[in-house]
Order: sequence, then C-alpha cells, then structure tokens
Amino acid sequence: MKKEYETITEISGPLVFAEVDEPVGYDEIVEIDTGDGDVRRGQVLESTSDYVAIQVFEGTQGIDRNSSVRFLDETMKMKLTEDLLGRVLSGSGDPIDGGPEIEPDERRNIVGKAINPYSREYPEEFIQTGVSGIDGMNTLVRGQKLPIFSASGLPHNDLALQIARQANVPEEEEGEDDEGSEFAVIFGAMGITQEEANEFMDDFERTGALERSVVFTNLADDPAVERTITPRLALTTAEYLAFDKGYHVLVILTDMTNYCEALREIGAAREEVPGRRGYPGYMYTDLAQLYERAGRIKGRDGSVTQIPILTMPGDDDTHPIPDLTGYITEGQIMMNRDLNSQGIEPPINVLPSLSRLMDDGIGEGLTRGDHADVKDQMFAAYAEGEDLRDLVNIVGREALSELDNKYLDFADRFESEFVEQGYNTDRSINETIELGWDLLSMLPPAELNRIDEEFIEEHYRGDEQEAEVTAD
Amino acid sequence: MSQATESDVREDGVIDSVSGPVVTATDLDARMNDVVYVGHEGLMGEVIEIEGDITTIQVYEETSDVSPDEPVEGTGSPLSVDLGPGMLDAIYDGVQRPLDVLEEKMGSPYLDRGVDAPGIDLEKTWEFTPTVEAGDEVGPTDIVGTVPETPSIEHKVMVPPDFEGGEVVATESGNFTPDETVVELANGEAITMHQEWPVRQQRPAEEKQTPTTPLISGQRVLDGLFPIAKGGTAAIPGPFGSGKTVTQHQLAKWADADIVIYVGCGERGNEMTEVIEDFPELEDPTTGNALMDRTCLIANTSNMPVAARESCVYTGITIAEYFRDMGYDVALMADSTSRWAEAMREISSRLEEMPGEEGYPAYLAARLSEFYERAGYFENINGLHSSISVIGAVSPPGGDFSEPVTQNTLRIVKTFWALDADLAERRHFPSINWNESYSLYRDQLDPWFVENVREDWPEKRQWGIDTLDEEAELQEIVQLVGKDALPEDQQLTLEVARYLREAWLQQNAFHPTDTYCEPEKTYRILDAIRTFNDEAFDALDAGIPVEELSDLDAVPRLNRIGVQEDYNEYIDELEADIESEIQELY
Repeated sequence: MKKEYETITEISGPLVFAEVDEPVGYDEIVEIDTGDGDVRRGQVLESTSDYVAIQVFEGTQGIDRNSSVRFLDETMKMKLTEDLLGRVLSGSGDPIDGGPEIEPDERRNIVGKAINPYSREYPEEFIQTGVSGIDGMNTLVRGQKLPIFSASGLPHNDLALQIARQANVPEEEEGEDDEGSEFAVIFGAMGITQEEANEFMDDFERTGALERSVVFTNLADDPAVERTITPRLALTTAEYLAFDKGYHVLVILTDMTNYCEALREIGAAREEVPGRRGYPGYMYTDLAQLYERAGRIKGRDGSVTQIPILTMPGDDDTHPIPDLTGYITEGQIMMNRDLNSQGIEPPINVLPSLSRLMDDGIGEGLTRGDHADVKDQMFAAYAEGEDLRDLVNIVGREALSELDNKYLDFADRFESEFVEQGYNTDRSINETIELGWDLLSMLPPAELNRIDEEFIEEHYRGDEQEAEVTAD
Repeated sequence: MSQATESDVREDGVIDSVSGPVVTATDLDARMNDVVYVGHEGLMGEVIEIEGDITTIQVYEETSDVSPDEPVEGTGSPLSVDLGPGMLDAIYDGVQRPLDVLEEKMGSPYLDRGVDAPGIDLEKTWEFTPTVEAGDEVGPTDIVGTVPETPSIEHKVMVPPDFEGGEVVATESGNFTPDETVVELANGEAITMHQEWPVRQQRPAEEKQTPTTPLISGQRVLDGLFPIAKGGTAAIPGPFGSGKTVTQHQLAKWADADIVIYVGCGERGNEMTEVIEDFPELEDPTTGNALMDRTCLIANTSNMPVAARESCVYTGITIAEYFRDMGYDVALMADSTSRWAEAMREISSRLEEMPGEEGYPAYLAARLSEFYERAGYFENINGLHSSISVIGAVSPPGGDFSEPVTQNTLRIVKTFWALDADLAERRHFPSINWNESYSLYRDQLDPWFVENVREDWPEKRQWGIDTLDEEAELQEIVQLVGKDALPEDQQLTLEVARYLREAWLQQNAFHPTDTYCEPEKTYRILDAIRTFNDEAFDALDAGIPVEELSDLDAVPRLNRIGVQEDYNEYIDELEADIESEIQELY
C-alpha cells in the first residue's frame, strides 16, 4: 500500500489533480477521503512522475485541497461469484438490495481483454425471441450484439423486457436437464429514471426472472462518471458467468446515450480535442471495448449476447452515438415513431433494421429452409409498398395499377398483422414464417422472384390467390 | 512482428508519463519510428515524437497499470515485418503476431500483454530448390530459389532489396529453416528464406506502368459496370449496414488475384472469425485449391489497441509488396480505412497536435495518398511484371460522403463503388449505386474485355448504362404522376431497366452458384435482357400494347439465370421462349 497524499492541486468537474512523489500506475484505483468520513473512489486517467489526474466516480462535491488521496495499487476489479444471480447492485457494483456482502470467488479486472479472433466461435445458433419483426426479418443469434435504436417516448423498454422474457433456443426446450446451458440476464442501467428502473424490476420480480438476473443500476441522479464503469462491471460479470460457468447470458444495457454523455463530460473536463459534436475522438474505440465483449469462445459452453439500448437524439441515426454503434454492432433494431403512433406493438421498422449474423443463423436445420427467401421477398415487397405510399399521396390509389394496389395492401397488412403482435404474444418461428406466407400470397406468384420455385409450390396459398382474382 | 536483432547498442530510458496508448519517456536514446519495449512487461511500442529529452511512444498494447519510473528499452530498429514462407494461411494481428501462436503462448482465449511472436515460424523447415547455381550473377530482388509454400502458391526466395548482390558461390537444395543460409554470394552476403522489411518504407520497384488487365471479381455490377484494374485502387464508402464487408469478403473470395491480403482494420471480431472459418472451406474457382492457400489475414478488431490499428494497413501493404516482388498479382482489401484514420486522429489528439478538419490530423491526406500510391502495376527490379490492387472500405459517419476520409480517398482512387443505404434496405445486394459509382479504368480495360469476352462488350455495357440512366430520370416523373401516365415506350424502358436491376445487378452472395459470376455469364445475362428489349420494342412499334409485353410468362425467368449453373443452355432456351411468346402476340 502506498502512502497517503494531501497534495490536491486542482479540482475541475469530475477530475482531481494531485502531486505525487512515487510512481502511480495508469488506470489505478484511488480513494479520496474528504475528511468527514466520506470516501470517494476514482481512477487514474493520466500518470506522470510529478502529478496524476484522477477521475472521481462519485462526484467531486465536498473534496477540498486537504482531502487525502490514497492509491490502492490495483486497477478496478469486479467481485465475481455465481451467487451474484438474483442480486441488485449499484452502478459501482455494491449491493443495494439489503442482502449480504458479496463473497467473491474471484476478482477480475473490469477492463476486459480483447478476445483473440482465432479463439472465437462464429455465432450461428438461432435465438427465438417470439417477436416476428426480429425472428422473421432480423434474426438474433447467440453471441451477437444487436442494439435497439430507439428515441425518447418510444417503448424500447417493453421490447427489451419481452425479449428477456421470451428468448430461448427452440430445440433446447426438451433438454431442460442439460446443465451447461442455463440462461441468465444481466441488466445494466445507466442514467435511467427511477420509474424506468422500477418498470424493469417489477417485471423481473413478476416473472421470477430476478433469480437468474444480476442488476446494476446507475440512476439518473447518480453520478454521471460512475456510468463509465457500470457497463464494464456488467460485462465482466457476464463473461464470468458465460465463459467460466457456462451460462447463456443476455446483457441488456440501457441507455448507451447516457454512457456517451458521461464520456463527453470527462473529455471536456480533460480539455481534450473534441471529435464530432463534442464527443471524444476515441469514442469508437471506447464503445468497441464494450460491444466487442459479446460472443462465443471455442470450447466454452456459454455465450454473451448483448442488447444495448440507445435513444437517438432527435430521432437522428446519423448522430455520433447511433452511428458509431452501428459500425461496431452486428446490426440494429430500429424503433419507429410513426408505427408507434399507429399503435403497432412493437413499433419495429424492419427496413432500416438489420441482423448481420442472420444469414448463418437461419435455414434448414436452424429455422426453416424457406426462411431466407421469405425474408428477402418480404423486405422487397414491403419496400415497394412503402415507396408506393408516397405516390398514393399525390395521385390517389385509383391511379395505380392493380399490382401496385396489391403491394400497398401488402405493406399495410405487413405492419398491422406481421409486425404488430403486442408485448405478451410469443410467436414460434414457424408461426412467423407461415404468417409471412399468408401475406406474400397476396401477390401473384410471378412477383415472388426471390423465392425458390420449390418453396412457392409448397407454401403459396393457391386458394387465396384465386379468391383475390375473383374479387377483382 | 520481427524481433529486433541487429540493434546497435542504445541507451534505455525511464517512463515519465502514461496516458492511454501514449507514453513519454526520458533519457531514451532512440530514433524516430524505432520499436521500443515499454515497462516491466515489455509492451511493444513505437517512437512517434522526440522533443528535447522527452521521447513520445505509441504503445501497441493496453497500458493499464503501467506507471512512471518503469524502464523503456530501445531496440534500435524500426517496426518491421518478417517475410518468408509461412505467411499464407496465417492470421496476424496489427503488428504481425500470429494469432494462433498467441493463443497457444497465452494459454487463454483472451489477448494478453507483453507476448511477442515472430511473423513466420522460424523452427519449421521448408523444401528449398535453387534456381541459380554457382557462378551465376544475382542482384537485389532476383529470385534464387523456390519453396512449395501451399498447393496454390510457390514461394520465391529472393535476394533482399538492400543487398548488393554478386556472384553465387554456393547453393544446394534441401530442407532448411527460414534463418539458414540457402545461397552464399561471393561478397559474403548470405541469403536466407527470411527477410525483414520496415513497414513504413515502400519496397523498391523499377517503375510503375499503366494497368490494362481487369481484376475479375465475379461480381456482375463490378465486372460489368465498374471494373477495377489489376494494380488499380478502389474505394467502397457506405453507411453501416450497406454491405461494405460482404462486398470486401466477396472480393477476397473471388477476385482473380494470385494472393489476397485481407486487412480487418478495427472491425468486428465475429466477422474476422467468419473469415477464419469460411475461407479454409472455400475453393478457389481457378485452381480448385482452398482459398486460404492464397490468403493472408490481418485482424485488428475494434477492441484491440488503437496503435496497432494504425500500423495494420502498413503491415498488410508491406507483405503485399513482398509477394509482388515474386511476380504475383496481389489484391489487398482494407476494411475499413476510416478506422485507420480514426486511429491516427486518436493518437494525434493524445499528442495534442493542432487538429485539421473534424479533428483529423493535418497529415491525413498525405498518409492516405502515400498508402494508395503503394498500389500499382509494376515492373520490378528483377524484371518481373506484377501488381498490387488496393480496395479500401470507407465508413463515413452518418453515411455523409463529404467527410474528410471519404473526400481525401476519392481524390486518389480511380474506382468508386458507392454503397447505398436505400438499396440495402430493400435488400438489393450488392447495394452499389449505379448512378453514383464510377470507374476510370473502363477505357483502358475495354480492349481486354473485347478480346477475352465478347467484341461488343463495351457497346452492350453502354446500352445498359443508358437504360439505367433513363430509368433514373423517368422514376422522377413516376414519383409525380404515376407509371401509367407515361407513354408506352417509356413504360417499356422501365420494365427493361427493372430486369437490369433485378436480374443483372443484383447478385446473391449467399447462393452457392450466384456468388461467383464469370465475365461470360455477366455478358450473357445482359445480352438476354437486351434480347427481350429489342424484341419488345419491335413489338411495341407494331402496335402491341405494353401491358401484354410486360405480362409475358417467360420474361421473369431472367431473374433466375443467376442461380443456374448451366446458364448457356438456360439462356438459349429462355431467349427462344421470349422471342416466340412475343411473336404470338402479333
């Protein structure tokens, strides 16, 4: 243990500068004693032979020149044990559920190391979320990082909860005794309101999910700087449960926008040269260090699947936060305000949504052989219908051809029947694809140019087609 | 990364400050760009600034817990790569450490710090066959022997470019390790299979010439409309989700280069894993051997240290130049150069340099053009002709092409494949926008297409371009008044253009047959659409209404040509069917 210093020279925002006369490690943990028994924790951001810059997690209020600074000779660690399941922790990893202190089996550095790409296993195990807009069109697989791009006032929390409740891998339902594949949820809240946190906690308690969850909460009125460590604590726990204990872990991080705001605050306090919109130039690297901690590892049972939620300021997906996120994650699920105001639940706009790992996670033996074709055709048909809507506004429906009208009807029914399902309906992948065929059969078979002829023969609803013709 | 061996003795320094990947040291006697080992753990770093007694170092590994007063050890040599047999089939990190060796050495799936490994296995023996004999005169980069490196590629052992050369006094065939002498020269120079070369320095060549052969990619929209030359440069900018990586993967898989260097620069870990798992199973369409046999992967995922991201493109291009010297056509894909530029920006901002546009350093444009200039069709010093084609993905923030990395790249490259989010949304893949993209190689490559595919290739292509252009104009009117308000001939043009888009430009990368389309097939699909076009317009002139012409049973089969393996037969039959169906309408 190093000696204590009372050498604070400067306090500025979340940063404290102190003179030192012995070397201090970069990233080392610091305790600052304000003199009245209040101890704040912080981390070394810059270390030189004369002074160190410390970022204080719990706020700098009340710290003065006479406060003492103690260096703990180690970097930030997370206390890890399987008993964390069922616990509620603060944004700094301390229990706040009134339960006992954590008895760790192991303490691990929260700045995770990069997984060697050579040691990764490519994710291709389909997760059924029971949500058609995801399963059918933008399939999630184990080990993927698939964020929800939302905006203020949209029901992203309901969707996240629905996924957490319903997510399962279809074949495994029979083999419950398979011990290596238990499911766990890690919930990392950053700067969300008490009310939102209650919504999550109530749902976890109601469904009994809490006992297989670990909850980290940094609320809106908790110190902003603490938000920069909350996701790292959550992900360190996730990696431990997944790769050491064999759980399939689903990590929900909300709201990443608040995390990035905290990064910007620290950057500004350090007087760094800002990048776009004042966010630090290293935000891409920083976000990547979080998101890239999803995945599977060869020879290990578990997996880490991430669903980060972020609210796009001004619904703008070119804002640096969604933009950089989209470049790192393997796709995105886009929430849409128009669909929401139409009462579509969940209001997923499938067109700009994307799952990059989908193509290897679906198909014969995984979902269904016709899944990819049906998906492609529905994307194309819905996009066509969307385009035509603009035209209808100008020339009216009557001016359009019969075929165009069919596309318009398709787009309407796609939204009101396929995407719309409510937050409590759990659709199997089979139901989702069959529903897709119901809708596609509105179009003449010759229009289904993305689907293999064999599948059209097998699944195309011939009767409905005839009914359509006679109706005209 | 090569272990620095040839060091002239230099003095070691002491760490003064640590801030992320940037470390300063005092009392270090090092040259600019020298490799140094930082701290007790010996983290690899590179000197990037010298000011007074202070040396600034960018560290290629995570610096958590490193503190002032720890030692810094100089090596006296710049960042170099190991060149020799064993690079194909390998997968490296940004400073040429083999990832499989790292996994073994670290005993963990996570990347640890302070572990070094040479870029090629120095213990392994290779079968060397000399191509020179005692008494022959050899100069720099002359080939002195061969090693069967993989079933597809014969590795050529060369005199290093910085050797003087002279008369061969001794050589023999046999099995040697990379560091054993295989050829001795009269002036005492000993040639081994192992060379080192500093990554930031271009390997010399005799001269750069104008490329005239296309790099066939098997992608219809590229070969057909926007071809790149062997030795050319191309940029693929596009917002996220528009298919940059799939396009790069397709090129890495099917481009008809001898050697493919794939640099994953700050990209997704799972994507690199996909490449590692897929490539060994894929077959090279020209040789039938595993694709991995001609591929070298450099993987710096986005969560790996940022300084190593800065160096990974240099590592890649240096390896490419080495294979170029052997006379091979090399294609290098860099995905994504924006991450590389951002790494420069991050380091620059830690150095508190005065920022240029959008926080990027003022030397961004210079670095980009330096890099792309290392591509080209060369006459090498040893007289061989070979090429390096560079295809760089660009990830513009918010899909805005006016940002500095895209703009500076476009000023250099001659092929521009603009990816389009709208096309991607409607799952039109590859989502390359045919109105915005261009290739300045078209004219110089046309003679090749005329000679090797069909004589009327340029003419047919121009027809395709004109039709698509016309469609774009007509679409604007359709948006206002609807399709049915157009005159009949324009409606028919829209119909034809639709097939150009759906049957010709669209290509399914995940379909086993459609994923690769040879130039002949690219031509025939276009020609089949042209047949429909000509027949239909003749019929229209004869007074047959457009509704009937767009309602033919055979025509939608155009969309299925892509997935046909025996396409010639299929197209012959289809063309005949279209003709006869239209004849029936008269």
